[in-house]
Amino acid sequence: MSWPLLYAQLFAVNRHSTSLGKVWLSVLFIFRVMVLVVAAESVWGDEQSDFTCNTLQPGCENVCYDQFFPVSHIRLWCLQLVFVSTPTLLVAMHVAYRNHSDKKRLLQGSGRSGFLSNKSQEEELETLKTRRLPIAGALWWTYACSLVFRLLFEGGFMYALYVVYDGFQMPRLVQCDQWPCPNMVDCFISRPTEKTVFTVFMATASSICIVLNMAELAYLVAKAVTRGFRSQRKRTSCSRTSREKLQNKTNQKLLVLN
Amino acid sequence: MNWGSFYAVISGVNRHSTGIGRVWLSVIFVFRILVLVVAAESVWGDEKSGFTCNTQQPGCESVCYDQYFPISHIRLWALQLILVSTPALLVAMHVAHRRHIDKKILKRTGRASPKELEHIKNQKFQITGALWWTYMISIVFRIVLEVAFLYIFYLIYPDFKMVRLVKCDSFPCPNTVDCFVSRPTEKTIFTVFMLAVSGVCVLLNLAEVAYLIGRACKRCSRGSEEESQVAWISRGLSSYRQNEINQLIADHPLKSKFTVTKKSPSEKVERCSAF
Repeated sequence: MSWPLLYAQLFAVNRHSTSLGKVWLSVLFIFRVMVLVVAAESVWGDEQSDFTCNTLQPGCENVCYDQFFPVSHIRLWCLQLVFVSTPTLLVAMHVAYRNHSDKKRLLQGSGRSGFLSNKSQEEELETLKTRRLPIAGALWWTYACSLVFRLLFEGGFMYALYVVYDGFQMPRLVQCDQWPCPNMVDCFISRPTEKTVFTVFMATASSICIVLNMAELAYLVAKAVTRGFRSQRKRTSCSRTSREKLQNKTNQKLLVLN
Repeated sequence: MNWGSFYAVISGVNRHSTGIGRVWLSVIFVFRILVLVVAAESVWGDEKSGFTCNTQQPGCESVCYDQYFPISHIRLWALQLILVSTPALLVAMHVAHRRHIDKKILKRTGRASPKELEHIKNQKFQITGALWWTYMISIVFRIVLEVAFLYIFYLIYPDFKMVRLVKCDSFPCPNTVDCFVSRPTEKTIFTVFMLAVSGVCVLLNLAEVAYLIGRACKRCSRGSEEESQVAWISRGLSSYRQNEINQLIADHPLKSKFTVTKKSPSEKVERCSAF
């Protein structure tokens, strides 16, 4: 799994995220991907080879391992991380679409208005490429949708892990009586305590990510509501724009210094 | 994602660290991460396959291994290194926030030329004011996490020495069974080494805390000596913003536009730079 590639993709979208989104990305890569790669993969490395059953019956160990571990924790976590990172690409696609349509409009506009110096046009195109779009309008909806999808995927995978493994604890011994095992057979799992520790750690990191996503969603909704109130007040009173107000405030502060 | 890219992320904070902070970072990467990756992982590589018990009872070895090694040394150290390096990102986030505010102020005062923006990107911040507190908190977290992991290590493996033989009688082992640990002496050497370096890192962090506090006190006393009447203002957001604007104007070459004249003591906005 090429995690650096995924990181590069997500980091590129980071510019258009909120601060909580940036914190979420760091938590995801440091506490989940890094721990998964550095530590968890070596703990689960021998999960099948060291799964021993108290029997000499060929095939019994295979069948019992398959019954108790339909999908390995490691694979579940890899899938979870991939699915959870993907909604961010929705935002990337929207930003790319906006840049593309703005570029088209700019080029068309310059063509219609006649001669526009190459340098200023290049500068405009450069600003288009490097600007940070505010999260408003259609982009707000795309961003909010991506957050909702992230929450659904995180919750879904956590629930799946809990249901498949009946909790977050790994037992030392499982009892199996699948064919071709002759009777009830004791099977022993390798490193159950270490696996429990990492399962709990990853579940905690996942919960932290869920909380961050919910906080980000609440922040976006609050920002949209306050923006709505502000625009309503602007419409009712004929005052200057808030941007000019801020400019005046700054000018006032600078004048005080003289 | 590997230790290399992790190093790149953490060393980005290096610019805003003190000298002791940079020494700490080098110790972390040379004596801990490098040793962990190059040496310790090959020593602990066969910890489970080389763990043999004097029994043919299936499952007995697994259970005894799990009883005596609830979590491997290697995983504990890897987690410790990841968690101990992370508070440095608090400082990185604070610096990024400061840069963002400076950029916003520049844009609103209409001086957002590419040269100015480049200057802001490469600006090295002094560890004063709010950044001092963020830096202190990050060091305190580092110390707490290091000590916590040392304590957890002591709880799980009370004796730092790795024994050659452990006796085990958990189910399904029939009686008390002798189990033999692989490479105990080599493991002991690396355990002692890693614990010693961890102790050195704790000492470096404590020294850094003492240094920062000492520097702040010196700055405070120097500040009160130079100006007999220092106006202490509250640490409200407006005063922070005011100081940011002042700093920008004082630093900016277009000083002639905004002449900073001496004001009466009540209007002065000097503050003790550490708080």
